[in-house]
Amino acid sequence: MTKRMVTSAVFAGFAAGLIAVLLHFAFVQQLILLSEQYETGTLTHFGGGDAGQPAATDPDTVTTTTASHGHDDSQSGGGGHGEGHGHSTASDFQRNGLTALFMILVYTGYALVLTAGFALAEMGGHRIGPAEGLLWGIAGFAAVQLAPAMGLAPELPGTIGADITARQIWWWSTVLATGGGIALLAYSKQVWAFGLAGALLAAPHVIGAPNVQGYFGVAPPEVAAAFAARVLGTALVVWAALGWIAGHFWASSAQQD
Amino acid sequence: MTVTTKTLTKTAISPLAQVLMVAALGLGIMFVAGHAQSSTLHDAAHDVRHATGFPCH
Repeated sequence: MTKRMVTSAVFAGFAAGLIAVLLHFAFVQQLILLSEQYETGTLTHFGGGDAGQPAATDPDTVTTTTASHGHDDSQSGGGGHGEGHGHSTASDFQRNGLTALFMILVYTGYALVLTAGFALAEMGGHRIGPAEGLLWGIAGFAAVQLAPAMGLAPELPGTIGADITARQIWWWSTVLATGGGIALLAYSKQVWAFGLAGALLAAPHVIGAPNVQGYFGVAPPEVAAAFAARVLGTALVVWAALGWIAGHFWASSAQQD
Repeated sequence: MTVTTKTLTKTAISPLAQVLMVAALGLGIMFVAGHAQSSTLHDAAHDVRHATGFPCH
């Protein structure tokens, strides 16, 4: 059974990881790069200069900002911020290569937890196929991405946050409580379990995530909003694909077990 | 016969223990890629951590 869990997870994690890499570079990466220009002060936003940077009220700066937003590197040659970027082509290659590698690694990690859940469900007499896998994937998105994002919204580089350890503890607790709550709702038939599920789902948000007082963002709110929306949107697609693919491999390897 | 014996030895680990092992491996990967604060790991996984909503720094 270990072999079945691991092989299903590795195939699904790799495939979903590739989709994640594609969507990341199509939708998310340019916002990270843009926000780093605000973080380092290469660009300044008129409303957000807090870290000793002068507020940019020059319309030209604002125009540049607007122009570079939503466009990818195809514009950087003419825009004159190729140098100010601080990355050579070689280091860009390394950086993006590592991003691709870690993206596949992370989704393989998610996939292992997912197939372990499949095995557990099957031990309880539930059959798992692609359709169930799809639902598991969407539930995984809710537990690992959406629920933590309610308290700790996806952050652009340069965002000031509370103590990292406190945030990580809240993140893990939220993921485990939400995952457990959803599993109880889906698979338990006891009435008391529904109450427990509700409590598990609500508890992280009643307790609340560790946050700092005040706002310190240097990037425009439009960039941060687009970033959070795109992180969650792409994650939903990739998680759904991950669950569906894992369910497919899980069902097709049933005979070998 | 040899094959049968081997299979029996292999499945001697209880299914629940196998589930826990695989889940622990998955959670371990999530921790290393997403949460471990070593600066080499942090730099390598930086963009992924931001893009997957992990608390980064």
